[in-house]
Amino acid sequence: MARFLLRRLLHGLAVLGVVVTLTFVLLHMTPGGPFDRERRLPPEVLANIAAKYHLDESWSKQYVRYLKGVIQGDLGPSYKYLDRNVSDIVADTFPVSALLGILALAFALAFSFPVGLCAAYYHNSWTDRSCLLLATLGISLPHFILGALLIWLFSLQLGWFQAGRWENLSSMVLPTITLGAAPAAYLSYLLRSTLLETLGEDFIRTARAKGLKEITVLFKHALNNSLIPTLTVLGPLAAALITGSFVVEYIFAIPGMGRFFITAVTDRDYPLIMGVTLVYTVLLVCANLLVDLLYSFVDPRIKSH
Amino acid sequence: MKKTTRLWNELCRKPGTLWSLVFILVVCLGGYLAPLISPYAPGGLDEQRILQGPGWSHWLGTDGLGRDLLTRILYGARVSITVGIGTAIIALVIGTIYGLISGYTGGALDHLFMRIVDVWYGLPDLLIFILLSLVLGRNIGGVLIALGLVTWVRFARITRGQVLQAKEFIYVEGARAIGASHVRIIVRHILPNIMAPILVTLTFSVPAAILAESTLSFIGLGINDPYSAWGTSWGTLAQDGWRAMRTYPHIIFFPAAAIFLTILTFNFLGNGLRDLLDPKGK
Repeated sequence: MARFLLRRLLHGLAVLGVVVTLTFVLLHMTPGGPFDRERRLPPEVLANIAAKYHLDESWSKQYVRYLKGVIQGDLGPSYKYLDRNVSDIVADTFPVSALLGILALAFALAFSFPVGLCAAYYHNSWTDRSCLLLATLGISLPHFILGALLIWLFSLQLGWFQAGRWENLSSMVLPTITLGAAPAAYLSYLLRSTLLETLGEDFIRTARAKGLKEITVLFKHALNNSLIPTLTVLGPLAAALITGSFVVEYIFAIPGMGRFFITAVTDRDYPLIMGVTLVYTVLLVCANLLVDLLYSFVDPRIKSH
Repeated sequence: MKKTTRLWNELCRKPGTLWSLVFILVVCLGGYLAPLISPYAPGGLDEQRILQGPGWSHWLGTDGLGRDLLTRILYGARVSITVGIGTAIIALVIGTIYGLISGYTGGALDHLFMRIVDVWYGLPDLLIFILLSLVLGRNIGGVLIALGLVTWVRFARITRGQVLQAKEFIYVEGARAIGASHVRIIVRHILPNIMAPILVTLTFSVPAAILAESTLSFIGLGINDPYSAWGTSWGTLAQDGWRAMRTYPHIIFFPAAAIFLTILTFNFLGNGLRDLLDPKGK
């Protein structure tokens, strides 16, 4: 068990190392710099800027400096926002993105459990068939189309919810649904197929044969045993939520990390790009670690591997 | 040949899959033959007809600069289809070769190769893709290669898993026993037997690439080639419509519908192929 976790931890660190190095190399290879303007700055000014941000040093020196900073929790200065450094920006925007992600995950879970249960229990009924259709629709509908559709319908036409910004409950409804829809559809589909498999097992027949109530059979025996496959997708799901949050934050003008990443790319604010990428990777690695932990906790058979 | 006929017969028995295939062919033809179909140029401005709704002379209406929306969508189709299929092929080539080497060689090399794939899987792919396309250039070619470089690992994993199984088959052992070369074993005996799951993955990676490209073009980080006469990405068209959604919803509606329907039919086709080729994986 300890060895398994240690290995996963090392794997996570390797991912982080690769991301730091890859972003660093890629951004240094990108043509054009952060201080290229329409009107060229005087060479003295450029030299001053380069000295201030250590851009005149060699790549290797800059890389070591950046790594040292990251280990100490300092993600460097922002080229665009001169009064704030990257760590400040991340600290400001992270809670917003995190809340959006958690709300979307909660929505996905709250939606998928009843739907998946119904679809599996009433196998081949219209519920079941629409669940299948929903899963395909869910992976085919890009966030920006769903978001635009929801805004047009519920905000512009019906006026039920606020579209844009992140201030009150009304402004959180549409982004949550937009981000959570695809995971909700996928989870329902997954739960349906694992439940179908479980419901065909011998121990379900036994449970029914001893006269247990259907509800006990369904919730205690079938659902419990179908949770593990659902757990395994939580890692990829976290990744999907993270990448989706970019677009959703952009569409709804939510001041989260993803929005800052998008503007940072257009501004060529390299330290901000690297910082945000790193934070997202840490999140992803943590989500995967958590899944590994939960997995070995829920299913004792895994420990031996 | 006989296998192909059998496949075709089974395909005809599944109208959903067949219609998906037909729809995709229509989109491809519409896109690549756009200059022959449409009487308008994709960038052809018409200041008399700005922001018109759907009508007889402009079937899907015009945008803020008076450009015919149907023409722009047709030209956009070849951008999307090229990105989708091109990406899938790049990922297929890299991933399959990688997976073949890894699975066929086995041992320490396999272990190392798979650790690399594991790490690659842990990367936030959209972010890496954005950074890669910054380096490679934000045109169709750059986006295509960047997306391919991000998604090849899926093929590597599947190929390697399949090769590990196929390696143990009796006829492979037999081929080895009579002294066939490694290349011959791989090309003649292993590859044909692992084509089905790879083909299914290929079908599913086309819509995934179209989705990624249109999303990034929508948020302004995708293809950025405003003077290209070849076509504008559907994502960019949707972005144009997004800004005018309050007053002229048709400008976002039609590109969005094109993106959605294309991705949906590719996914339907993937589902159908999976059921056809791999009855176990249902």
